[in-house]
Amino acid sequence: MEQKKETLLEIHNLSVSFRMYDQGFEQKDLQVISDLYLTVYPGEIVAIAGSSGSGKSLLASAVLGILPDNATVGGHLHYKGQELTPKLQKKLRGTEIAFVPQSVAFLDPLMKVGPQTEGYRRPKQAEKRRALFKRLGLPEQTKRLYPFELSGGMARRVLVSTALMTDAELILADEPTPGMSLEQAVEALRMFREMADEGKAVILITHDIDLAVNFADRVAVFYAGTTVETAPSSDFKKGPDALRHPYSRALWRALPQNGFEPLPGFQPYAGSLPEGCLFAPRCPHRTKQCEKQVPPVSEIRSGEVRCYHGA
Amino acid sequence: MKRTFGRLARIFVSYGIKMISLLFAVTILAFVLVNLSPVDPVGQYISGLGTAVSPEQRAEIEAYWGLDDAPVDRYIGWFTELLHGNFGESAIYRRPVADIIGERFLNSLALMLCAWILAGATGFVLGCVMGMYRDRLPDKIIKKFCLFLSSVPVFWLGLVFLLIFSVRLGWFPVGFSSPVGVLREKVTLGQKLYHLILPAFTLSLTSFSGIALHTRQKLVDVLNSEYVLFARARGEGRWTILRRHGLRNILLPALTLQFASFAELFGGSVMAENVFSYPGLGSAVSAAGLQGDVPLLLGVTLVSALFVCVGNMIANLLYGVIDPQIREVGK
Repeated sequence: MEQKKETLLEIHNLSVSFRMYDQGFEQKDLQVISDLYLTVYPGEIVAIAGSSGSGKSLLASAVLGILPDNATVGGHLHYKGQELTPKLQKKLRGTEIAFVPQSVAFLDPLMKVGPQTEGYRRPKQAEKRRALFKRLGLPEQTKRLYPFELSGGMARRVLVSTALMTDAELILADEPTPGMSLEQAVEALRMFREMADEGKAVILITHDIDLAVNFADRVAVFYAGTTVETAPSSDFKKGPDALRHPYSRALWRALPQNGFEPLPGFQPYAGSLPEGCLFAPRCPHRTKQCEKQVPPVSEIRSGEVRCYHGA
Repeated sequence: MKRTFGRLARIFVSYGIKMISLLFAVTILAFVLVNLSPVDPVGQYISGLGTAVSPEQRAEIEAYWGLDDAPVDRYIGWFTELLHGNFGESAIYRRPVADIIGERFLNSLALMLCAWILAGATGFVLGCVMGMYRDRLPDKIIKKFCLFLSSVPVFWLGLVFLLIFSVRLGWFPVGFSSPVGVLREKVTLGQKLYHLILPAFTLSLTSFSGIALHTRQKLVDVLNSEYVLFARARGEGRWTILRRHGLRNILLPALTLQFASFAELFGGSVMAENVFSYPGLGSAVSAAGLQGDVPLLLGVTLVSALFVCVGNMIANLLYGVIDPQIREVGK
């Protein structure tokens, strides 16, 4: 581990909640992310794995400062050692931090792909876009298409190219690969790898644990809006004994090649989160302590885990 | 290019058929309604003659006019003449209906066009302002103002404006489309425009609020969209977003609404023209209705139906021309 190195992004005890109208005019806060931590160093790809509703995409919005107005953010966000204030976020968006959204709905339906990829900044970098399209296997004519004319895989590649157009130090990629062919996905991830090797960093939000494990340096496992474990991705290849949190192990066992064994129960919904450890209701190792208090983060074998029984 | 042309031609033909069948339906409906109404064309004609007419003479006139025939025969007779371009003769003006409509339509068109452009422009701009400042003070104030205006009747607003600007302040003429006592040939364009300002302004005030409120809602939807979220993630500021994505995505619905507002515009012009004694189609139709001038009433009904129909058709065609998603389906 390169623990000594300066961090690019540091997230501590992040919480995000939304102010909602309950019945009538009662307002209530809906906590969707709580006690989330994540550290990203320059030169690495960190994959974020977890099921839908585990707060993966919201994390990206929180880092970029583009959460809706009714959201409240708590905890600490630091970029290169500086606190990420709204002002700093505004400055970094699209320059030092780039975002790859997850669907074609994030493209303006009435703007052609070319100008949309090149962005609003001047001077236009048509040459760079052309090279990127070529590398990602997008025909040059794609620039004259409207988003609705793109196939799913083409749309993802266009979205990836918008981020690669920038000189960002940190790329937040939200499910960049579904819909692409394996070669295209590998090519896109290889480009992320190259960027990481140049000293930049990529946060790869994904459902596809296999792909993540093969290209990422570390994997962070999210559950119900919190980080349960961060581990070197090699641990995911080694198997459940190398992992620290019972949920990570369950995730591993649920992969098709590892027995396809589902974990009974459901991830709790925001608004009905249990007391104490969020995973406790489904955990085979739970004790009284787990149900009372949220376990602290402990470091085990160059990984981190939020569990009393982590090993 | 050739494909675009062929597609447009196809759309035109299909709209042409729709429009003709609609106008045909309007002739039937209008004819039936006039027949059912208490309007008495013979009585109107007789009172216009200025001499006393005995019941026998009246019956003769009715027979001469074919009022004893079955309604279907009368309709066929009227419709055949209509197809030959003969709208009949106006009972109150004693001139061919087509001439009156032609002359008055130009006046009305000038009035409606000015009001239409004014309403469209102010409505769009105010809608954008409201959308950009949604739920903040400028939005709240303008929204209240729009709701207030859209609930005020045109004729009342016209009367208030007349009282304030024409009678009290004397800035504008009290009525008509040209100065009183000046020969028609000697009226200048400036004088015509001067007479147009107040009625056009009044008319625009009633239709701009709808456009403003719709534009606001559409802009709010666009600003809540995922593509605007992504634009923000890429560092675009509020005004860049409005310029690059906002205008692009709200212009089409706004234009459609603008063309679809022909019906309201025409309805409003009837009121505005009466209040300002403006010699347009609107004042002609109310005069025709009140004084039982059946040929003029039917003529104006047809022309206004055509007018509204053309507006809606333009709105639909614009969608096909501007929106790439619809254009694509047409291929």
